[in-house]
Amino acid sequence: MAASPAYGEEKGGSSSLGEPEYGHDPASGGIFASDYKRHDDLKEMLDSNKDSLKLEAMKRIVAMIARGKNASDLFPAVVKNVACKNIEVKKLVYVYLVRYAEEQQDLALLSISTFQRGLKDPNQLIRASALRVLSSIRVPIIVPIMMLAIKEAASDMSPYVRKTAAHAIPKLYSLDSDQKDQLIEVIEKLLADKTTLVAGSVVMAFEEVCPERIDLIHKNYRKLCNLLIDVEEWGQVVIINMLTRYARTQFLSPNQNESLLEESAEKAFYGSEEEDTKDAKAEAASLAKRKPYVMDPDHRLLLRNTKPLLQSRNAAVVMAVAQLYFHLAPKAEVGVIAKALVRLLRSHSEVQYVVLQNVATMSIKRRGMFEPYLKSFYIRSTDPTQIKILKLEVLTNLANETNISTILREFQTYIRSMDKDFVAATIQAIGRCATNIGKVRDTCLNGLVQLLSNRDELVVAESVVVIKKLLQMQPAQHSEIIKHMAKLTDNIQVPMARASILWLIGEYCEHVPKIAPDVLRKMAKSFTNEEDIVKLQVINLAAKLYLTNSKQSKLLTQYVLNLAKYDQNYDIRDRARFIRQLIVPTEKSGALNKYAKKLFLAQKPAPILESSFKDRDHFQLGSLSHLLNAKAVGYQELPDWPDEAPDPSVRNVEVPEWTKCTSREKRKEKVEKPFYSDSEGESGPTESADSEPESDSEESGSSSSSGTSSSSSEEEDEEEEEEGSGEQSEEKEGEEEEEKRKKRKEKGGLRKASPGSAGSLPFPAAPCPLCSSRGLPRPLSPMGWAWWPMLSCGPWQLLSPAFGAVRTYELLHRMAGEGLSVEYCFSRRPFPGDPHMVAVQIQISNNTDAEVKSLRVSEPKLLAGMRIQEFPEIESLAPGDTASVVMGIDFCDSTQAANFQLCTHTRHFYVSIQPPVGELMAPVFMSENEFRKEQGKLTGMSEITEKLTLPEKCRSDHAIVQQVTSAANVGRVPCGADNEYRFAAKTVTSGSLVLITLEWREGAAAQLTVNSEKMVIGTMLVKDIIQALAQ
Amino acid sequence: MIHSLFLINASGDIFLEKHWKSVVSRSVCDYFFEAQERASEAENVPPVISTPHHYLLSVYRHKIFFVAVIQTEVPPLFVIEFLHRVVDTFQDYFGICSEVMIKDNVVVVYEVLEEMLDNGFPLATESNILKELIKPPTILRTVVNTITGSTNVGDQLPTGQLSVVPWRRTGVKYTNNEAYFDVIEEIDAIIDKSGSTITAEIQGVIDACVKLTGMPDLTLSFMNPRLLDDVSFHPCVRFKRWESERILSFIPPDGNFRLLSYHVSAQNLVAIPVYVKHNINFRDSSSLGRFEITVGPKQTMGKTIEGVMVTSQMPKGVLNMSLTPSQGTHIFDPVTKLLTWDVGKINPQKLPSLKGSMNLQAGTSKPDENPTINLQFKIQQLAISGLKVNRLDMYGEKYKPFKGIKYMTKAGKFQVRT
Repeated sequence: MAASPAYGEEKGGSSSLGEPEYGHDPASGGIFASDYKRHDDLKEMLDSNKDSLKLEAMKRIVAMIARGKNASDLFPAVVKNVACKNIEVKKLVYVYLVRYAEEQQDLALLSISTFQRGLKDPNQLIRASALRVLSSIRVPIIVPIMMLAIKEAASDMSPYVRKTAAHAIPKLYSLDSDQKDQLIEVIEKLLADKTTLVAGSVVMAFEEVCPERIDLIHKNYRKLCNLLIDVEEWGQVVIINMLTRYARTQFLSPNQNESLLEESAEKAFYGSEEEDTKDAKAEAASLAKRKPYVMDPDHRLLLRNTKPLLQSRNAAVVMAVAQLYFHLAPKAEVGVIAKALVRLLRSHSEVQYVVLQNVATMSIKRRGMFEPYLKSFYIRSTDPTQIKILKLEVLTNLANETNISTILREFQTYIRSMDKDFVAATIQAIGRCATNIGKVRDTCLNGLVQLLSNRDELVVAESVVVIKKLLQMQPAQHSEIIKHMAKLTDNIQVPMARASILWLIGEYCEHVPKIAPDVLRKMAKSFTNEEDIVKLQVINLAAKLYLTNSKQSKLLTQYVLNLAKYDQNYDIRDRARFIRQLIVPTEKSGALNKYAKKLFLAQKPAPILESSFKDRDHFQLGSLSHLLNAKAVGYQELPDWPDEAPDPSVRNVEVPEWTKCTSREKRKEKVEKPFYSDSEGESGPTESADSEPESDSEESGSSSSSGTSSSSSEEEDEEEEEEGSGEQSEEKEGEEEEEKRKKRKEKGGLRKASPGSAGSLPFPAAPCPLCSSRGLPRPLSPMGWAWWPMLSCGPWQLLSPAFGAVRTYELLHRMAGEGLSVEYCFSRRPFPGDPHMVAVQIQISNNTDAEVKSLRVSEPKLLAGMRIQEFPEIESLAPGDTASVVMGIDFCDSTQAANFQLCTHTRHFYVSIQPPVGELMAPVFMSENEFRKEQGKLTGMSEITEKLTLPEKCRSDHAIVQQVTSAANVGRVPCGADNEYRFAAKTVTSGSLVLITLEWREGAAAQLTVNSEKMVIGTMLVKDIIQALAQ
Repeated sequence: MIHSLFLINASGDIFLEKHWKSVVSRSVCDYFFEAQERASEAENVPPVISTPHHYLLSVYRHKIFFVAVIQTEVPPLFVIEFLHRVVDTFQDYFGICSEVMIKDNVVVVYEVLEEMLDNGFPLATESNILKELIKPPTILRTVVNTITGSTNVGDQLPTGQLSVVPWRRTGVKYTNNEAYFDVIEEIDAIIDKSGSTITAEIQGVIDACVKLTGMPDLTLSFMNPRLLDDVSFHPCVRFKRWESERILSFIPPDGNFRLLSYHVSAQNLVAIPVYVKHNINFRDSSSLGRFEITVGPKQTMGKTIEGVMVTSQMPKGVLNMSLTPSQGTHIFDPVTKLLTWDVGKINPQKLPSLKGSMNLQAGTSKPDENPTINLQFKIQQLAISGLKVNRLDMYGEKYKPFKGIKYMTKAGKFQVRT
């Protein structure tokens, strides 16, 4: 049967083609069409020269795949067409390939070269689609090729290709999880990407590959927050969920102070449960300890930037924001999500289903939030049952003393519904309202009793169960109801209800002394036909009656116990045996007998009726796990708030958006901008028309100026910095920028070459001459150092430092420093004033268009023992100017970084200087003999030897000496042997000797020995020198 | 993310499957069928089903189940919203989304699905981009394709994905430039037995059909924007501008789209335009019941109420109904027990009514519930909340477009309890 429609279609397909030679083919005509034959003619078509035939064949094959039929035997014939010119044929071949490559790995390899070629195509869309197909082919052999392709694509010019690369990452990961480390590198790189196109996809990859590497997010956190609103909607969902988790680990709970006040107010409605008061006490205790809470500005940034997304048309985005607010926002602010969630209730029933589940959980914790929308949860007769029940849950959660009468009235209409499952749920809901709100307990009970005369058995049964629970709370006043229920045993057949009634009568048999034995009599009669739970309750009833009223019920009890003794169910047999021993006094029965009455008729605590959604919020809301109330595969636990906030400075990065802003206010303004251009530029309507809508007004300004490269350099600089902030969604723009950057560099070089300006700056107490050239101290003749105090702690004379190429390091990038760039180098000169300090030459250039005032160092954060000698405050630095100062740092002979703040009159920058090990020492002079003597003292643990091969260009004396002295601040020791080089130095702080010996053996082989009592320094030095020589 | 998709028709046949990662055997759907059996009605199948190795998330639309298979944690709304987007896309492509339509265009469907997800993560869901990648089939194109052997796949490389305005194609050209906006409001209400309103609210949407050349930039302003309480926008609307000036400013997508949906603030009392008088009685003694309903206009602002349709789900005990309408036609389906009365226009001079008797199953007691009455109606040229568009301006293009705005009020979920 199933074959016939397909067959018919095929016929239609082939005839519509209108190819006569094909139409005459009996096999395709379908008269004998067997599977084998049919595939044969498809192969024929695929082999033909005509694109139209190939296309037709491919269409039929894809239709087969779509219907779930196996088309794998066509693989060779199809793969041949992978390089077909016709674009649709090609596309369909790709579709086929991705589907079957896994099964036919060897053959699939034939197609790889086509995609590899595609990866090099000048058109970005072709590159992207080649990568997409290549990465979708699940063939483990090509993992290295994929890895290479992904790495390359990750640094592609086109953001679209980079996006595809991000998509490919999880594919490769699922194919071969050993690639994780490499993939994380790629992810790290792509996370730094500034385009909206990439952001969503790379975060998705991050979540699939390395969700635990939260540290990768630090630097990108603010950028993600700011881009969020412009990311496509699916990406938004992923990013928001990830940021929720991130925020939970990095910020402090905003509710630690308020929680006490609000919670207690809310709980007053709830009848005080012990738990709550305990909670409250604990909170009060913790409150006392806490400092006043101030929200981290980054935390605020996240909340502010996600809020507009509540207006998204995409339900998933709205839900994501709602859960973010629920988990992260201060209590007072969570309310904003209610309106948006209620709006989702107008959507498809599946959306309603998910949203209501989440609302149910939220409404337990934050009842006040949904109270104004109570009526939105009223139930319509057309709602599907599962929606009705969820709405009921929410209504019950929302019930309090003020609205309970409206809710109960509403419930009354529900009870008359035709949907019996729903009615049963309503009765339970009434029961819950009654337990939670004491005021209406009697009303509810009366209502439920009335339901006992309902014609529907299910309704009655459900009422019985609920009444039983309610009665347990105050049994004394309700013997009438118990009597009424006792009568029901004749009619009700639902086992649960019968069991409930029997339990009630047994429990309160003293209130109904006349009826109880009669009920037992009836039950004894029907005992054998009852369900198991009913039987158990009959035994219970019998036991209790025996204890209270043995005169009337002794024989009945014996009878019931005897029946139970031979029951099929072992539970019942067990129970019977146990009870007989317990209640019937015999000589064998032990001490327990005396307590039987106490055991059976003990005061039992009333059951607590609570929502099944209670405490579900330990799952992240909106997640699959929350919905299922069970941990789903791959669920990332939502961490608890930390007690102490981790260092917020980890998020400080070069955030280009902020280059211009100096104050918080400005930053705020910026943050809200990204959604679309709507600021100044828009007000003139005609003006806005030609601008690209996504871009900031400034950005569009900059792109227009990009053509005029001759504009003044300062201005251009700034604009560029901003452009970096916006998305460069077009490749072209990216290229332009690249070009511009080059130009700027040239210009920058020119500017720096112009001397004078820096030198003329007044520096009252500058201890060292200002350099006007960029950071490179001119080698000075040793003569000029006459005032240098000698290190006095040894017999060796300190040498003037050897100068290789002095390297400069970056202290503060122009972007991060908002136009202020700072570089430093180790000048290798002794620091005047303190011989234990390393001199660090710092070069500050002001690239902003405003004067920078009062530049200084403050708040150094140093390890124990380290000291810093700050450079004197620079009072002002004119735009475009450069200043150079020297500061001294005592690193205590360790390579730990010295952290401090660089302050201007407006801003503080966290910076740190980490010295290479080679800079922690100063050269000393010693003779060969002295060297040998000292070396003799430093053997064993203090000696580190390493073999190495010298590269070609390092095989001359000159080269070796230069490389070693550039790697470390050491002095050469004369040496008799030809192929041996010796160097000596001592560490700046402690003055320990460091001796270096390099033996050059035949060819390229060499051996490096370092002797030093500072083993750590020795080890690191060996590494550094080998690296320097290898270069 | 999304592993596979199965389309299942009402009779339980899987008629299409698509896998974005490794193939998942279609036997996974057995769990779905089980759940379907347990839920008596299609709409009661739980949207999320957990199986030992997979999770099945489904939506039910146009009598088709769209079942997505996922393996790991993913926000369920993410998948559900996406599935609805798939259905919307099919509807957009083929006019209707039905089993027959999907089977007829199976290749296009498959190609579209291929483009919408990459490795289970949404890639291109904007219909504008998709249409650039894969052209929707039209009769003309089908004919041309058959003759010339050309294809539905766009022969130019699509650039929409790279654009900063991904919802709009570039190079759009029309000879007649037109922009139409429909302001449609729906009244959701529950009316109780005595005719008083239990709850009533107004939800509105603005649907647009924009056929404008080039890259027009439109602004739409309202006379009384304060009415709008809660809004959600198409991504093209500039949120900031709305926040500050209460103006909708946007570069529209090409063609039909929903610009805005809104909720009218609860402070405003909702005018209920119709009332229903009903008298539905089951008598204890006899197997006959009385049935009588009359529909009349209430607060209509002088407009006529059209397209009135009354539906009611009768209790199971009702065997048959013999009714006479004063106007319109009525049907009672004895299997589903659904009564439908197509009333049409309400003439205030002569109110439409439906009277008659119900035959109840003999021997059973009278049903203890009364049926609810669901009402549908339409009022042209009226937005019941009083919302009015002030003006529509276009910037960025030289030509003068033709602009049109239409108002309409409809019944949303409008129920009368009896």
